Amino acid sequence: MRKKVIFNGVALPYLLLLPQLVITAVFFFWPAGQAIYGSFLREDAFGLSRDFVGLENFADILSDPNYLGAVWNTVIFSSAVAFSALGVAIFLAVQADKAIRGSGAYKTLLIWPYAVAPAVAAVLWLFLFHPQIGLLGRFLNGIGIPWDYKVNGNQAMLLVIIAAAWKQVSYNFIFFLAGLQSIPRSVLEAAAIDGARPTRRFWTVIFPLLAPTSFFLLVVNIVYAFFDTFGTIHALTQGGPGQATTTLIYKVYVDGVQNLNFGASAAQSVVLMAIVIALTAVQFRFIERKVHY
Amino acid sequence: MATLTLSAVKKQFGATQVLHGIDLDVADGEMIVVVGASGCGKSTLLRIVAGLETPSSGAVLIDGRDVTRLEPADRDIAMVFQNYALYPHMSVFDNMAYGLRIRGMPTAEIRRRVGEAAEMLEISQLLDRKPRQLSGGQRQRVAMGRAVVREPKLFLFDEPLSNLDAKLRVQMRAEIRRLQKRLGVTSLFVTHDQVEAMTLGDRLVVMHQGRAAQVASPMEVWGTPADTYVAGFIGSPAMNFLAASISDAGRSASLKAGPTLPFADGARAGADGSTITIGIRPEHVEHRPDGADALPLAVELVEPLGSETVIHGRLPGGESLVARLPIAAGHIGETLPVRLPPEAWHVFSAEGVRLPARAAVPA
Repeated sequence: MRKKVIFNGVALPYLLLLPQLVITAVFFFWPAGQAIYGSFLREDAFGLSRDFVGLENFADILSDPNYLGAVWNTVIFSSAVAFSALGVAIFLAVQADKAIRGSGAYKTLLIWPYAVAPAVAAVLWLFLFHPQIGLLGRFLNGIGIPWDYKVNGNQAMLLVIIAAAWKQVSYNFIFFLAGLQSIPRSVLEAAAIDGARPTRRFWTVIFPLLAPTSFFLLVVNIVYAFFDTFGTIHALTQGGPGQATTTLIYKVYVDGVQNLNFGASAAQSVVLMAIVIALTAVQFRFIERKVHY
Repeated sequence: MATLTLSAVKKQFGATQVLHGIDLDVADGEMIVVVGASGCGKSTLLRIVAGLETPSSGAVLIDGRDVTRLEPADRDIAMVFQNYALYPHMSVFDNMAYGLRIRGMPTAEIRRRVGEAAEMLEISQLLDRKPRQLSGGQRQRVAMGRAVVREPKLFLFDEPLSNLDAKLRVQMRAEIRRLQKRLGVTSLFVTHDQVEAMTLGDRLVVMHQGRAAQVASPMEVWGTPADTYVAGFIGSPAMNFLAASISDAGRSASLKAGPTLPFADGARAGADGSTITIGIRPEHVEHRPDGADALPLAVELVEPLGSETVIHGRLPGGESLVARLPIAAGHIGETLPVRLPPEAWHVFSAEGVRLPARAAVPA
């Protein structure tokens, strides 16, 4: 039972809320407002004047083949990251749930990658896959598979997907493990007695019962792949070779910070903002309705 | 329908011996209730029969076939769990049909069987619901239905009534009994509740610390308990145990509480003076207002139950005694004359094992 606290007056509750409101205002509403405002402006080449151009920035980015390329990269990248991170995590969670001896150690070790900073994780993968100094990169070249993610765009994409997914596996793992542990053992035993083999038990009982968790994680993973992978990409490939690993968030950085095209960058941020708002809305509505047991 | 045989089933978890060798023969269509306090190994025994645990040694035979190493799926059994273990994401129909679908039964046959079982259990109107929309009693019925549709060789019940409220429990108990008799499926029912055990079982297995203390019909268990544990476990209020010693060349018992009384059913083996325990059920203690052969019982607590009164008191030697008298009698502080009729005695050795009469006393 949650107790309802009754305040005399409004001053104290507002005071207590103030720190959070200030943080939200300064770090979210203010920059978001700036981005929306900036997306309607265009600067001249020397940064001396700004003109109001209406929706022209949006029209420009949507007809820019580089932008559309980044959209496609983002679709590939985020779906690959989300599905591989979810798939690996659910597999590991099922195995860790089964383990009797040393399960605590497995769980701890599997959770660790989450504590690694994105750039550090990227450097780790760099040391593994670098064509000249990387352990696996040298090995691949050694057995005759030409491996150089700095030249081959598909290999670069594969590398950033692996690095980004690896970091997210831990997060998913925790949720899946909690989900698995909340399934009563007797339900699985009932299924075993009903004649279901382990594979069938997984697909007809465990997986459906994890569906709400999976859906929640799917949205979280897509949001992660959209926004939180900047550090990984920046450290590994800087969006290259060419534009092969330039995703939407990376392009915001390239256009805004490197090319100093604030209008285009702001318009791209607004598009990203719209996407994340839509994803969150879908998640809330779905979770309210579709928790089906 | 099948027989079930357990031979020398042992189970260890690490260094802990949970089952010390259980032997049991269950006849076709028989309902066996395994009863015991928590931690006696009864659930482990059931799980071994189900195939959810593997015995450390010994064998489980269903219909003469050794199933000790088989998966639960290959044993053709059905189990009703304490928490029902319904599949929360499936409708009642799908819950009941799950096992049949896995066996690849034709849809029409599945419909027929689930329909029949639902009819029998009066849950036809619930088939489209999800388990969370059902009450405890309804879930219980669905769990029963899921077991029934499979038409298994063996029903296993793992304390299925303990999550129900008292009234529903009595009702479901009668229903399970009726259903089991009607279907004639060999059943193993695990419970810690002695009333369930007495009313449901054709035979009882009273478990104590991983051993079967007694395997017998309910009335045998009640009438001739094999040891002091069984005697104290079955019956409510529990049997009184009084210290005594053999006297009169095995023909009488000297109670610590005072009198020396002859055994009603015959002499016991054992030297005079050797320690024994006399058990007497509270309902067999007699109130003797006239005082004949009576012991004074100092009343400490009176529990009036309407049709009878349960009296807790103390005998002269300081031993406590519970009496269940068919009258409204006694109040705290009073001394009540009671008689402990030797015809109703259960005689146990110092080790707590039943001590039978050597020979009947000539009348």
